[in-house]
Amino acid sequence: MSEADQPAIEARGLVKRYGRITAVDEVDLTVSPGDVYGYLGPNGAGKTTTLRMALGLIRPDAGSVKLFGRDPLLEGIRALEGVAGFVEAPRFYPYLNGRCNLELVAALDGDGAATRIDEALDIVELSDRARDRVGGYSHGMRQRLGIAGALLRDPKLLILDEPATGLDPAGMRDMRLLIRRLADEGMTVLLSSHLMAEVEELCDRVVILGRGRVRYEGSLDELIATTGGRYELRTTDDDRAAQIATVQPGIGDVTRAGARGLTFTADEPAATALSVALGEAGVGIAALVPRTATLEELFLRMTEDDAGLRDGGLHAALAEQPVEVRA
Amino acid sequence: MSAGAGAVSAPRVARPSRKRPSVVTVYRWELRKLRAQKRTYLGLGAAALVPMIFVIALLSSSGGPDEVPFGNLVRETGLAVPLVGLLFSSVWLFPLITALVAGDIVAAEDNHGTLKTILTRSTERWQIFVAKLLAALSYTFVALVIFVAVGLLAGCAFWGFDPLTSLSGTPISPGRGMALIAASTLAYFVPMMAITAVAFLLSTVTHNSAAAVVGTLILSFVMQLLAIMSGLDWMRPYLLSEQFDAWQGLLRDPVDWTPIGHAVWVSALYAVPAVAWAFVSFVRRDVAD
Repeated sequence: MSEADQPAIEARGLVKRYGRITAVDEVDLTVSPGDVYGYLGPNGAGKTTTLRMALGLIRPDAGSVKLFGRDPLLEGIRALEGVAGFVEAPRFYPYLNGRCNLELVAALDGDGAATRIDEALDIVELSDRARDRVGGYSHGMRQRLGIAGALLRDPKLLILDEPATGLDPAGMRDMRLLIRRLADEGMTVLLSSHLMAEVEELCDRVVILGRGRVRYEGSLDELIATTGGRYELRTTDDDRAAQIATVQPGIGDVTRAGARGLTFTADEPAATALSVALGEAGVGIAALVPRTATLEELFLRMTEDDAGLRDGGLHAALAEQPVEVRA
Repeated sequence: MSAGAGAVSAPRVARPSRKRPSVVTVYRWELRKLRAQKRTYLGLGAAALVPMIFVIALLSSSGGPDEVPFGNLVRETGLAVPLVGLLFSSVWLFPLITALVAGDIVAAEDNHGTLKTILTRSTERWQIFVAKLLAALSYTFVALVIFVAVGLLAGCAFWGFDPLTSLSGTPISPGRGMALIAASTLAYFVPMMAITAVAFLLSTVTHNSAAAVVGTLILSFVMQLLAIMSGLDWMRPYLLSEQFDAWQGLLRDPVDWTPIGHAVWVSALYAVPAVAWAFVSFVRRDVAD
C-alpha cells in the first residue's frame, strides 16, 4: 500500500498507563485521508494522551499508532512528515516575537517552511502583531499563532486540540471557516473539541472517548440517525391531526406536546403518507420535522457516567433543554 | 482570521522526504534564543563586572592578594589581573554563571511548554540535544573570555602591559604572557565544560531551572568543602573544583602539562556520564506537559 493509500491515523490497541490509572485503554481508531474527524470526550477521557502518542511525544505502553503508515515510535520525526498541529494550547517562546517564533519552527522544519510565514500570518490575521513579543499575546492570538505554525509544515494531516478555546465568537467562526476550507482543499483534520456545535458543523466522522475507552467511532450522521425515527408535527388542528395519525399505518406513539403540536414515531414513507392524509382531511401542516438528538445529548449520554455527573444538575438541565429539531 | 484568505496548498499525494535542518541550524537558533533572554546578559554582565570590581578593589587599597599565585604581581603588570581573577572565580562565580544558562536551557522548554512545539517539527531529538549542549558550552566559553578580556584590559589600563614572572621565577614577555593567558583560559574551560555538563544534566532530568541552578551550585560548594577537609586528601585530585588550578602548569618554566592532562580526564570523568545520562533522558522521555 502506498503512503497515499494509508490511513492518515491508524491506532490499534493503544494503551497508556500512569501508575494505576489507565489513561488510554485499548483505543482503536482510523482516520482516513480527507476525513474531518471529531475527537470527543470529557476532561480526563484520554484525548490529549492519545494525541501525544500520535505525535510521538509519549510512548504507548501497548499498541501502536501510525501516521500514513509510519509509527512515530519506530520512525521518529519521519513519521511526522506531512503532519502538523498542536496538543493542548500551542506554546511559543514568550520572549520572542510572533514572527521570530514562526521563523524558529520553520527553521526546525526546513523544506522551505520559512517561505510560508507571511502567508500563514495573513491567514490567521496576525501580520500586524507579528513583531510583538508572544508574551504579550492573548490566548486567542496564541491559538492563531499555533495554527500559523502548523500551516508552515504544509500538512496533509492537521491535528488540532481545542483550537477554538479562548477565541471570541467571531474568532471561533473564522476558525471554523478556516478548518472547513482546509478540509475542502483535501486536508485531513483531527479535531479534538468540547464544542459540539463546532464538531457537528465540521466533522463527518467522530470518536467519542470515555474513561480512556472508545464509546463510539464512526459516521456522525449514522450516530445522529440512531436516535431518528421520531417526528414533530404542528398543524392547523392538532386534535384532528392526532386522530388521523393514530389510525394511519406505520405511525406509532402519537403524543400531544402542548404548544409544540404532537410527536410520533414513523419511518420516512409513513410520515410522507401521513402528510398526504392530513392534506386530504383539510388539516394544514405548519411543520413536519424529524426530531433527532443533538450530538451534545448523545455525547452526554455516552460519557456523563464517566464525569460523575449522574447525580448532578446536568440531567435536569438536559431534560429541560429544548430538543433541537433537525430538518 | 481570514478564512477566505490566500490559499494554503494542501498536497494530497505522497511527497519526497523533507530536507531536514542540520544541527548547525538548530544551534544557531539556540544561540538566538539565548540572545533574547535576560539571564544570558545577567551572566555575561557578571562576567564583565566582577573583574572590574576586582580592579577597583585593588585601586582603593594598598594590600594585595599575596597569598595566591601572581597575587604579588597584580600591581606590577595588568597581565596578572585576569590570572588572579580566575583563581578567585572558580569558587562561586563561574559555577553560578554556567549554571544560570546550562541549568535553564532544557528546563526552560519544560517551563514554557515549548518542548512539544520543537519536538513535533522535522528535527530529531538528538539534534536538539546536541545544539542545546553546544549552545550552553558556547555561552560558558564566551562568559569566560569576557571575564579574562575585561580583567586584562582593566589591569593593563592601570598597571601596564609589562612582563610577567612565571611561577618558576623566570620572566615572561608581554607577548608570550598574552599567549599563556589565552592557553590558561582554554585550560580553565576544561573543568567549566564539566560544570556545564552537570548543570545540563540537572536541567534535563529535573525539568526545573531553579533546581538545576541550585543543584549545580550545591555540587560545586560540596566539592570546595571536600577539598579543604584534611581527612579526605586522597579525594582531592579527583574533585572537579581542584581542576580549576590546572592552568598554572602553563605558567611554569618549562611548562608542566601534567595538571592539564589530569584536569582533562578528571573533568571527562564528570562530564561524559552526565552528558550520556542527559542524552538518554532527553531522547527517551515522555513529553506530557
